[in-house]
Amino acid sequence: MKFSSEYRDADAAQGYAQEIRRITKHPWTIMEICGGQTHAIVKFGLDELLPKQIELVHGPGCPVCVTPLELIDKAVQIAARKDVIFCSFGDMLRVPGSEVDLFGIKARGGDVRILYSPLDALKIAKENPTKEVVFFAVGFETTAPAHAMAVFQARQQGIKNFSVLVSHVLVPPAMEAILGSETNRVQGFLAAGHVCAIMGYEEYIPIAAKYKVPIVVTGFEPLDILQGIAMCVAQLEEGRYEVENQYTRAVPEGGNRAAQHYVKEVFCVVNRKWRGIGEIGASGLSLRPEYAEFDAELRFNVSDYTAEESPLCISGLIMQGQKKPHECVAFGRQCTPEKPLGAPMVSNEGACAAYYRYRRAELATNAALTPVGADGYAATGAAPAAGAKGKV
Amino acid sequence: MSTVKDFTLSCPLPITDYPTVTLAHGGGGKLMHQLIEKMILPAFQSPLLEARHDGAVFDLGGARLAFTTDSYVVHPLFFPGGDIGSLAINGTVNDLSMCGARPVYLSCGLILEEGLSMETLWAVVQSLKQSAEIAGVQLVTGDTKVVDRGKGDGVFINTAGVGLIEHGLTIAPSSVRAGDVVLLSGDIGRHGIAIMAMREGLEFESQIESDCAPLNGAVQTLIDGKVGVHCLRDLTRGGLGTTLIEIAETTGLQITIDEVKIPVRDDVSGACEVLGFDPLYLANEGRMIVFVPENEAARALELLRTDKHTAGAVEIGRVSGERGGLVKMKSRIGTTRIIDMLSGEQLPRIC
Repeated sequence: MKFSSEYRDADAAQGYAQEIRRITKHPWTIMEICGGQTHAIVKFGLDELLPKQIELVHGPGCPVCVTPLELIDKAVQIAARKDVIFCSFGDMLRVPGSEVDLFGIKARGGDVRILYSPLDALKIAKENPTKEVVFFAVGFETTAPAHAMAVFQARQQGIKNFSVLVSHVLVPPAMEAILGSETNRVQGFLAAGHVCAIMGYEEYIPIAAKYKVPIVVTGFEPLDILQGIAMCVAQLEEGRYEVENQYTRAVPEGGNRAAQHYVKEVFCVVNRKWRGIGEIGASGLSLRPEYAEFDAELRFNVSDYTAEESPLCISGLIMQGQKKPHECVAFGRQCTPEKPLGAPMVSNEGACAAYYRYRRAELATNAALTPVGADGYAATGAAPAAGAKGKV
Repeated sequence: MSTVKDFTLSCPLPITDYPTVTLAHGGGGKLMHQLIEKMILPAFQSPLLEARHDGAVFDLGGARLAFTTDSYVVHPLFFPGGDIGSLAINGTVNDLSMCGARPVYLSCGLILEEGLSMETLWAVVQSLKQSAEIAGVQLVTGDTKVVDRGKGDGVFINTAGVGLIEHGLTIAPSSVRAGDVVLLSGDIGRHGIAIMAMREGLEFESQIESDCAPLNGAVQTLIDGKVGVHCLRDLTRGGLGTTLIEIAETTGLQITIDEVKIPVRDDVSGACEVLGFDPLYLANEGRMIVFVPENEAARALELLRTDKHTAGAVEIGRVSGERGGLVKMKSRIGTTRIIDMLSGEQLPRIC
């Protein structure tokens, strides 16, 4: 397919892999920020192509993974109300709350709908004037403009039965939190291309300078990622720490100014809790006071609710690059995609789910780990589900 | 004979895990397989059921028969490339064909929702009739029920079918051997995207039509051509990935496929990129995989390509002697990964 197959070419991939091997003289730890990059790395086995000295650790850039448990619980509480149509992007529905996920609410009769754009929620609100329509506005800088536009239009058009449950987070403060930690191992970053397509990469220049880390704005296709790694390793080996842009076909330095305008119009920067990591100062977005009437937390009076995470789940350490998914005692045992303890096991882009899906057999052989499914059966091979035929 | 002792009130599926049925239990992934394995199979213990084939195969009155049933609950009822009527005929025809049978007679149960327009019902009935004629099967018995408004989704259809097995082959997962070649009958994922696009109002540059089609003609061509077919399986809800895993797990053998050999149309892969879907897990309604011995693969491909519904047939991989019941895929860039079964349906991602 045009614009994707060119970036999955086997010869070119081998070429980049060879170049990385040629220039790598020292061991380096590089973090890819975005869950989409993690997924591509594991799906295409890109780390298999790298020399042993290069360790990739997986960053916090999966919106499903970092949305705090209490926000999921709030979503569940709101979605369970009879007067509510609760709208969300698809992959939030399977994220476990303290007791139940949004799919569970749907099964119990809640009106939970998967949408592709928050603007569709406005349409639903207009068509259902007797219902409260709530959109679950989660994500990084990438989804913020669309959410901002939905709220902006709701106010312009006087749509009163629409609100958003906001859990927006920002990448640069999370990078600073990781770099500022005493246990930090990350020496270079692949910044998330799509976030930079909106925000540009000016914000990263002071971070690279302050912490002396190279930051390479990187895309999501195999060749993008390999080229991003090559650029990052070159900087590390040469002792440089600059912000470079691998993803030039999508990212201008200043980003998308029109999108930024609407984000600033509707949202303001606030402290935010990150699931598994805790609160990070000035790391999220919330509705400005002028738009408070669209805040679902206020409208449904759930702002004061808090919840505790599972003590077994080490997702915070995984998302800060301090542990790998298979180093968690619950991985593949108490925690599987069918019965996730933490969010990284839920989303396609979560590091734990990616490892479980693509790696668990080799992990089992290499680390004498026997993954056991939630049902108590070995997750590989002789699963009892053998060959049962499903019908449409 | 069963005794009272055999009877137990406790549900074998721990209800603490899932106190209610969720959509994922019907999604063709792991949860659905667990439901079948832990609740359905133990309840109806039968060697025919245990074979977990597309239908039951048995001898009756001197004839070797295949028998199957399937229910159709698709929304919307009409979509590019097909409708609930053509699905209901082709789905059951294909299930019989996958047993190596020649489909002969079908039944049809219609569950109609109060308020359904007669015009819509007529269109569905016409489609059932036409699809049966095209597939060369007869609809010989049926039933009609009407449920209250709001208790159905327009039309639900159940079809059952009987087919004759007129050869000595055992076409089943148990016949798959190390060294077998895996053939795929055409491009994948169109049905899943066609339905998704209609349901969600997504618009692409050109319309993507379902691959819905009867496969009995192609299967008959293989059998008439004396190809020693080991196993046939149509790709339905769980897509190519799930179907391969089912076969690998049943046989305990490893299947290795090659990503670059799997045909996916550009518009389908484009839609997948936008939605964050993997075409390996998209639904198909007119595609099958064929396991044949290596020395018959070329001839089988040649024969498949003579039928219009399998004209795009290709070789996609092999069964290897390694145990473990895994499916591995050589990626486009030359690395290898495991293909895993999804929990339920694929969910569109956030960004």
